[in-house]
Amino acid sequence: MPTTNGGPEVSTTSLSGLGRLRLARPPRWHGMAETLIKILALSAIAAVILIFVFVAKEALPLFYSAVIHKEVTLRQMWLAQQWPGYDAPDHIWQPVSEIPKYGVWPLVVGTIKVSFIAMLVGAPLGIGAALWVSQFARPRVREIVKPVVELLAGIPSVVLGFFALMVMATWMQDAFGLESRLNSLVAGVALSFAIIPVIFTISEEAFGAVPRSYVEASVALGAARWQTVVRVLLPAASPGIAAGVALGLGRAVGETMIVLMASGNAAILSGSLTESVRTLAATIAAELAEVVFGGAHYTVLFYLGTLLFISTFVVNSAGDWIIARMKRRLGMSS
Amino acid sequence: MPMSTTGDAKMKMEVRDLQVYYGSKRALAPVSIDLPEKNVTALIGPSGCGKSTFLRSLNRMNELIPSCRVMGDVRLDGDAIYGPGIDPVVVRRRIGMVFQRSNPFPKSIFENVAYGLRIGGIKDRGEIAGRVEKALRQSALWDEVKDRLADNALGLSGGQQQRLCIARALAVEPEVLLMDEPASALDPIATAHIEELIDELASTYTVVIVTHNMQQAARVSDWTAFFYMGDLVEFDRTNSIFTKPTQAKTEDYITGRFG
Amino acid sequence: MSQVVAFPTPPPGGPPALSQGAQGQARGAESPFVRQVRNRLGDLALAISTGSAMALVLLILFVVIGDVIIHGSARFSLRFITSAPEQGMTAGGIFPALFGTVAMVVLMTLAVVPVGVATAIYLHEYAPAGSPVTRAVRIAVNNLAGVPSIVFGLFGLGFFIQFVGAGMDRIFMGGQKVFGQPALLWAALTMAILTMPVVIVATEEALRSVPRELREASLALGATKFQTVFRVVVPQGLPGILTGTILAISRGAGEVAPILFTGVAYFLPRLPATLHDQFMHLGNHVYVLSTQSPDVDATKPLLYATVLVLLILTFVLNLSAVVVRSRMRKRFAGAGH
Repeated sequence: MPTTNGGPEVSTTSLSGLGRLRLARPPRWHGMAETLIKILALSAIAAVILIFVFVAKEALPLFYSAVIHKEVTLRQMWLAQQWPGYDAPDHIWQPVSEIPKYGVWPLVVGTIKVSFIAMLVGAPLGIGAALWVSQFARPRVREIVKPVVELLAGIPSVVLGFFALMVMATWMQDAFGLESRLNSLVAGVALSFAIIPVIFTISEEAFGAVPRSYVEASVALGAARWQTVVRVLLPAASPGIAAGVALGLGRAVGETMIVLMASGNAAILSGSLTESVRTLAATIAAELAEVVFGGAHYTVLFYLGTLLFISTFVVNSAGDWIIARMKRRLGMSS
Repeated sequence: MPMSTTGDAKMKMEVRDLQVYYGSKRALAPVSIDLPEKNVTALIGPSGCGKSTFLRSLNRMNELIPSCRVMGDVRLDGDAIYGPGIDPVVVRRRIGMVFQRSNPFPKSIFENVAYGLRIGGIKDRGEIAGRVEKALRQSALWDEVKDRLADNALGLSGGQQQRLCIARALAVEPEVLLMDEPASALDPIATAHIEELIDELASTYTVVIVTHNMQQAARVSDWTAFFYMGDLVEFDRTNSIFTKPTQAKTEDYITGRFG
Repeated sequence: MSQVVAFPTPPPGGPPALSQGAQGQARGAESPFVRQVRNRLGDLALAISTGSAMALVLLILFVVIGDVIIHGSARFSLRFITSAPEQGMTAGGIFPALFGTVAMVVLMTLAVVPVGVATAIYLHEYAPAGSPVTRAVRIAVNNLAGVPSIVFGLFGLGFFIQFVGAGMDRIFMGGQKVFGQPALLWAALTMAILTMPVVIVATEEALRSVPRELREASLALGATKFQTVFRVVVPQGLPGILTGTILAISRGAGEVAPILFTGVAYFLPRLPATLHDQFMHLGNHVYVLSTQSPDVDATKPLLYATVLVLLILTFVLNLSAVVVRSRMRKRFAGAGH
């Protein structure tokens, strides 16, 4: 037999809702707050998706618009073109000139060069330092060193670019007798400063996550420390290290300010590491100020931006895939 | 056929054909049982027999698990607690729960006990203070904490924390108190305190307690239900179950042939 | 129950030497002495190589910071922080840039914290647990964290300024160009989107760290999900949320690329007074002064001092995040279970 206790807050179902204490239902504004949360969250999610969609959308006219094609086409961007006044077909990036030229390869190669140098310097330093902390540092030392390295992570990239431009470039030119003061070497080394903390932090965690039993087993078999590190620790931590390296690479490819300030910003296509370069990100930063909204240059810059985030997406996903494979091979659950 | 041999006592809760599935796995076969008011009913059985699942079905805590499906009918004073229009919040105010591992909030002792009152909309400071004291007295903790109500609850010992959780549950004055192995994480002295408490609480509340400790069930309860592999095997007065069980399985479990 | 180990038969020259130890080779392999030397050398090489890596990393940090401090402290003073630049950036202070940076960061925080925290709460507490939509959202958020900062600048320009801003001008301003150009508002919103993953991830981690038992206890007392989230879960996760917020602020103060075209200017005669004004910014100031200054030597002292101010700002923020994080760990380390 359903019973009700009367009063305005009573539930309309058969269960008498208030209990002995006649406690109230939650106030109505709770429901409104929950709705607000959902709205905010969905807008944020929409914004995230919107970024990818919008940037790509602004690059689309490059594919179909006849107006744009009068100035530049995809073929012209990716294949060597014969420009008046040059001996042979070449890849040239010179959008602001009487005859705009949009050869992309100098930018792509520039990006690859700078990232390569950054990884070449940054990965060994980051992994090596992490290994030192994991193997040789006492706990108290570790507690000091880790936040200190994180300080390095906290330096804004514009400051690193400033340091490279003001100090490192001159020093390197003096030390190595380089022709151009600002070049991919300077930019790459400065870029490595930015990615060392990333690789360090993740590698250090990876080393710490290796089960003690693995290490103890190796030591119990009489292995020397270096043998344990090389044969047991490094392989076991390799998924984590790979993750750190992938993250660092993604950061290197997309970094703007350091390269903008230290690479010389000359879109030269060459194999030399000591010449000035221009990267994709720096190009966008340097040229976006002067473009006509909706014009060919504008569209090409958005195209470059799309290239950038596709490549970081690919690097991150490849990193995830490699890590999953490594984990499987090592027999760990991911 | 509901398991009930209690012609005289009033039934606080009636369960008919309760089944619980986790995904496609059936954890509780159709169970029908009546729980007498202001008595202590113990649920015993080996691990995985479904006694905790059954307990959590009584206050709709099972539905927190996404893959869980509950079928059947559970009634409190004749009112169904499962149903499309019925708010689990309301159910849980009338049926309280104490967990196996004490889980006080990282707040002060006072705020822990007052939590249920505050979310129930009680604002009057005097009323809250009065009810907090009443609950702490009921759970035999008042004398030990009355001078340090503002201290963090996590600073209490294990046994005190569990009594705090009991006080917290009692503060909203439920009618039924469900206890899921409340003393299993406690030392013998603390356990004895809890058992004394259950005895006192039975005069005001209907208590259902899950325990893996048969001696505890024998000490504390008026009625005992034996579960095995998701089935309710036998339900009778505690004296009868432990001295002359009617089912062979029950006897095997009680005499320790398996556990 | 042990099995008898079959020992290799000793070589004809007599029994094997007892000093072979755990690495006992059966016959004829390298002598234990060579092995010991190899191991010692190997260990030494390991120590030296990793130690020098660590030393180099620390060296880099100290050289960069040291250089800035040494050259920047000459001009660094209270006056520097509170006065405006004079004489073509060769004298005076950088107060407008500091003001602009702070103003933008404050706006950014007002935008990103409620939205980011709400999104994390939604994802963790309300969204259906294993659904592909939730997983897709998490993937999108994680990828957003990896997007190059200049791409946000592209978005800010193309979407906020040219689309939203121009639209606002058409509708509200009768075609007059007010919002359809670089502005404090658009820069702040662009930075808010850039730092959102930081807040979301930190908040989700904080929510995840709250044990299930506490939620269960709250729900068993008759609380609704909303009450549980806001009375129990969020208060306990607050330190983590705070850490994420501070890190986002630090990132926002230091990034330059996204705001290059969305609101920042090199020199303005007045401080920004409305949302549609442009503003000066410490990082941008450093960038422009380093690369486009007509007289590098004359502006160098001001430049270094500006860098010093920027560094101090970001370091103070990062330090507070670290302090909050370690205080949080201590608070819950000594507690109960």
